[in-house]
Amino acid sequence: MDDALYREEILEHYKRPHNFGPMENPDRESFDTNPLCGDELRVMLKVDDNDVVEEVRFEGHGCAISQASASMISDEINGMKLDDLARLDRSAILDLLGIDISATRMKCALLSLKVLKSAAIGTLADWEPDTADAARPAGGAQL
Amino acid sequence: MTTASHTALALDFPILEQEGLVYLDSAATSQKPRVVLDALEDFLAHHNANVHRGVYPLAIDADTRFSAARAQIAAFVGAEPAETIITKNATEAINLVRYSWGPQNVGAGDAIVLTEAEHHSNIVPWQQLCEEVGAELRWLEVDDEGMISLGQLDEFLADGRVKMVAVTHCSNVLGTINPVEEVVARARAAGAASLIDGSQAVPHMAVNVDAIGADFYVWTGHKAYGPTGIGLLHGRRELLEAMPPFLTGGDMIKTVSFEATTFNELPFKFEAGTPPIAETVALGAAVDFISGLGIDRVRAHEEAITAYALSQLQAIPGLTVQGPPLAQQRGGLVSFTLDCAHPHDVAEILGRDQVCVRAGHHCTQPLMKKLGLGATTRASFAVHNSTDDVDALVGSLGNVIEIFGES
Ligand SMILES: Cc1ncc(COP(=O)(O)O)c(C=O)c1O
Repeated sequence: MDDALYREEILEHYKRPHNFGPMENPDRESFDTNPLCGDELRVMLKVDDNDVVEEVRFEGHGCAISQASASMISDEINGMKLDDLARLDRSAILDLLGIDISATRMKCALLSLKVLKSAAIGTLADWEPDTADAARPAGGAQL
Repeated sequence: MTTASHTALALDFPILEQEGLVYLDSAATSQKPRVVLDALEDFLAHHNANVHRGVYPLAIDADTRFSAARAQIAAFVGAEPAETIITKNATEAINLVRYSWGPQNVGAGDAIVLTEAEHHSNIVPWQQLCEEVGAELRWLEVDDEGMISLGQLDEFLADGRVKMVAVTHCSNVLGTINPVEEVVARARAAGAASLIDGSQAVPHMAVNVDAIGADFYVWTGHKAYGPTGIGLLHGRRELLEAMPPFLTGGDMIKTVSFEATTFNELPFKFEAGTPPIAETVALGAAVDFISGLGIDRVRAHEEAITAYALSQLQAIPGLTVQGPPLAQQRGGLVSFTLDCAHPHDVAEILGRDQVCVRAGHHCTQPLMKKLGLGATTRASFAVHNSTDDVDALVGSLGNVIEIFGES
């Protein structure tokens, strides 16, 4: 079945998500929920001495959109500096998803970005997906 | 089960004129029958004035209609008008009890009993009260079939520390109809007060507040074919009289001097400010509408649809229904999960066919945790539903399985 929202690649990431599972002794981690639909997502990062991401793991449960977006972005951030991670904005996810996201699903789509940025910044990003976008300025990061 | 109970009991709901709309979310809010909309408009167009103390004929007319509607609403659930307090919604009604009754009656070392299946509205106020006064919550477990145990209630009540037992009449997730008469009787025998949350019960099954005997019974107008902005608290006079007012201001006073205030009689003591007048009148029309259909017919109808939904849904591979196995143990709603798809995705795909269901935690996060679920999909039924709507639901679930099913 051809479906604009649930296109093949998204379903594939949902059913077989990349970089999912536990991580021992992560250097960074962050957890958040989407109260609207009960999605929960934890991200764990291993970083090297230069604050470059060496490994990423997600854990949690949620809808296809939130899980697929976590899986897709997880493929992109190995080798990324925490500073750059903290500066990612919503287009990073929306471009990967490549579909129109309705206002009600935006929180699902952006949950993974929020926990990733929070892990990079070291505090729960005071960045809400549906407020005007701008990534938190790196100057405000408490690394 | 007759075939008659498989077709809608009433169809004069303007919103249902929308082509193809399959509304299965009455547990969140009911749609409004034309008679209710007419009553709202008629009041505002022809009888509107503020109530209390009006002297001119229009105001007397408004006052008369407002009082008559309160009496009608009270009678519908077997309550006294003076013991029927109009609030904003069920949540405010529970908060009224928490704030006015709570601090004088619950103290350090005391306990409040709730079930694990309560709506947040019947959890958070009590949790806050307990924190404030140093009391504890005791949670009645729901078993695999969504039932609470009266034996466990007896255990909780045994040490005499329980001051309040607050239980939902019908769970908004599991559908379970709780044995509220027994709960109330046991609470009373143990010296505890009781509050029953009738939000999911009132327009769907015969409710007699007097026979149930609870100290407090609450429900909400918008789930009972009425407008938003009106809820009900039925309380026993003795307790209401001993309680201080909740909100203060106009209408709830008898006299105000520069030094002090004396409070109005029941129920006005608890109704500060201008009440939802038109909404009360419209809810009067709503209870009239239900009475006209006959609450026993309404119940039989929704039970038949629920039984049909249970059988159809359980036949779907990978689908799990939450709550009691039998329709007669349930109100008119069914929550379920699908192995292959998250409830949010289910609701999205159903929505494309205009099948309106709710997905999420349904304001019952503790219950979700207990069930080991993040969310469920819930279909809920009302007088305008028929088994055709269940067929539409099942058909649409086929699309979900087509998209998500194969691995
Ligand atoms: C069981 C139960 N209690 C309380 C409420 C709260 O009703 P209201 O939001 O109208 O106060 C609801 C509605 O969602 C409910 O289902």
